[in-house]
Amino acid sequence: MSRVAVLTGNHAVAYAVKLSRVDVIAAYPITPQTTIVEKLNEFIEHGELEAEIVHVESEHSALAACVGAAAAGARTFTATSSQGLLYMHEMVWWAVGTRLPIVMAVVTRAIAPPWNIWSDHNDILDQRDSGWIISMAETNQEALDMTIQAFRIAEDERVLLPVMVGLESFIMSHTATPVEIPDQEMVDAFLPPRNIEKPFILDPNNPISHGSICGPGCYMEFRYLMHNAMRSARKVIYEVEREYEKIFGRHYSGLVENYRLNDAKIAVVTLGSIAGDAKEAIDNLRSEGYSVGVLRIRYIRPLPYDELRENLCTKDLVVVVDRNVSMGSCGVILTEVKSVLYDCPKKPEIKGYIAGLGGRDITYSDFENMVKKAYSEVEEFGKIIVPHEWFGLKNEVRC
Amino acid sequence: MKIHVTVISKPTIGASGKTGFWRTFKPVIDYEKCTNCLICWLYCPENSIEIGNGMVIINYEFCKGCGVCANECPFNAIDFVPEGEYNV
Amino acid sequence: MVTIEDLVKGEEIVFPGNAACQGCPATLGLRFLGKALGRNIVLVVPASCSSIIQGPYPKLALKVSVLNIAFAASAATASGIWRAYKRRGVNGVQVVVWAGDGGTFDIGLQALSGAAERNENILYICYDNEAYMNTGIQRSSATPPGAWTTTTITGKKEMKKDLSLMLISQGIPYVATASLAYPFDFVEKLRKASRIKGFKFIHLHAPCPPGWGFPPEKLIEISRLAVLTGMWILYEAEYGHVKLTGPSRHLIDKAKRKPIVEYIRMQKRFRHLKPEDLEKIQKHVDYSWERIKEFLKEADAS
Repeated sequence: MSRVAVLTGNHAVAYAVKLSRVDVIAAYPITPQTTIVEKLNEFIEHGELEAEIVHVESEHSALAACVGAAAAGARTFTATSSQGLLYMHEMVWWAVGTRLPIVMAVVTRAIAPPWNIWSDHNDILDQRDSGWIISMAETNQEALDMTIQAFRIAEDERVLLPVMVGLESFIMSHTATPVEIPDQEMVDAFLPPRNIEKPFILDPNNPISHGSICGPGCYMEFRYLMHNAMRSARKVIYEVEREYEKIFGRHYSGLVENYRLNDAKIAVVTLGSIAGDAKEAIDNLRSEGYSVGVLRIRYIRPLPYDELRENLCTKDLVVVVDRNVSMGSCGVILTEVKSVLYDCPKKPEIKGYIAGLGGRDITYSDFENMVKKAYSEVEEFGKIIVPHEWFGLKNEVRC
Repeated sequence: MKIHVTVISKPTIGASGKTGFWRTFKPVIDYEKCTNCLICWLYCPENSIEIGNGMVIINYEFCKGCGVCANECPFNAIDFVPEGEYNV
Repeated sequence: MVTIEDLVKGEEIVFPGNAACQGCPATLGLRFLGKALGRNIVLVVPASCSSIIQGPYPKLALKVSVLNIAFAASAATASGIWRAYKRRGVNGVQVVVWAGDGGTFDIGLQALSGAAERNENILYICYDNEAYMNTGIQRSSATPPGAWTTTTITGKKEMKKDLSLMLISQGIPYVATASLAYPFDFVEKLRKASRIKGFKFIHLHAPCPPGWGFPPEKLIEISRLAVLTGMWILYEAEYGHVKLTGPSRHLIDKAKRKPIVEYIRMQKRFRHLKPEDLEKIQKHVDYSWERIKEFLKEADAS
């Protein structure tokens, strides 16, 4: 029977992994991911989950162990944050090249130095180009649902790419909210056992090798196949969500979520749990007479090219709030959005804000102020003249 | 060449071609002296010495001419001669 | 006792026509691995000469399954494979890491030590050609003192890391050294290791003709001299209980060892050495024997 429990985001993910009948877990502790693996370890030691857990000695080894286990037919999972994710970066790319359907939870945390255990999105976005399917949840329920769906998406033969599900440090990972834990039988109906032959299996009776040298004559083709799989994933994600809704009754809207955006003239684009604050801000702004809505990006990869265009091309003003920065440039999401909207027949004004790095709160009033500032800029100058700026910096730093 | 989903290779003899072409020196067994002790077969790094009917046979298609067999033969039954000089 | 008939009947897992150099110790080592354990194995191969020897895509020059993996990752990847087999109830397949000294002593050491501590059921074989050969002969921590490499052109100043002793100290079920010149000893050790459930480490001496500067036909002769001069000690250790094997049993008596100069002068990588350098190397060899003797004394005592 499905039941509602008050769960932290991390525990919600742990329950999802348990329900998905994962075979091998390999992970290394890092705040704030730790309670995911602790909970899974508890499930295993109490006999609630039949799985092998490998207490590896580093994150690089964690993902390496997942690659080995998946190549030998197991359904695998790992979780990490920040420094750990960066440490395993080589293996992040390696996993894509093996086309193995590994699932990883990333509790997004700022990158050191200085040491900072609170949330921003630089760590997960740093993996943007690797070929992983990358999603960000807004709520603990969504984190649970996205994790179960991740196994289906990854293991689909049209995809065969690893999937990472992001959730924000502390705001979600350690904050408890009511979450519906689905019934095991229903999850089994939704998520059958993995087809261990895809994409390949290490079987002494049928020897093959994976990963030998292949020169300039064939490398590009393998990369193209990965890129193509990512494109197929777009369709697969929608199919999986529709099936999930039929079985579990919860609706998800694919690569993006549109909140009160259809008739709006201004759009706020962001990702993660801060979208919740953005929605609150939008409700307030609307009551003040602003015509505004939120577009929350749920999947950063595959890039929601069509969805961004459909939802944003007709807007007058798009405000992108990045909880990350590509040093020397601007926010990563701003770059992606601008490059997509360049193809609009009529381009909206676009304003980028960098906010909330290192876990600095972005409140709903901050969102209101960001929208109002951008709006005033357009009112005064007819267009956006400062394409992007940092929001909420302390005055001591400004020069 | 059909590309599979990912970079999978299958067991193949001569994966790097007919490596016999690499030789500058060639081992030649003197069957008068050979006692079929199998030491040459044991130490061949290339798996290019075959065990036939009571005799060992060098597979010249792949033998790289390293000379380990000639160096190790306890009976000096393998000559190691410049490639091209001695026609078998 | 392993006999030549055993080996004749054993599997050939290396196909001829592979990409290895003439006289390569890695392919010969793989042949012996196949003879010892047959084809019911899965290899994990990190970046190393063996990554290339396998032959370019789509051709595999081996008859066993191989998962090629990143340089630092072999022991962790092998752990994952073993755990998946365990979970799936796949029995009797030995997961084998086949790694060079670079991927074992240096960049792969952390994963190796971690997998050893967890006692993962894997057989880790390090074929030690005493430098990063695949990238063109750069020094590793396994390079012996005095040896020329492209990054130690006046000869390596530091000692050779004694990894096998380190692993014995970690208390793993089985640690052994091996030499291509003593194939029956190597095969017996491989078979013994595969019968143990837990972490096993075999350190194979792998003289490299281009890297060390000797003609390929001397491969076995140099391997043999390494043992007979006492520079490479053959032993095995079960849970730290050390026993010398092969000729090394008698070479505990220094007088029975051949002079190290016989080994050294056959290799261009030592050509620049002066007599005083030879003395330093001799001291290093003596020191290694003293350390082994300590372990032997412990074994005798218990």
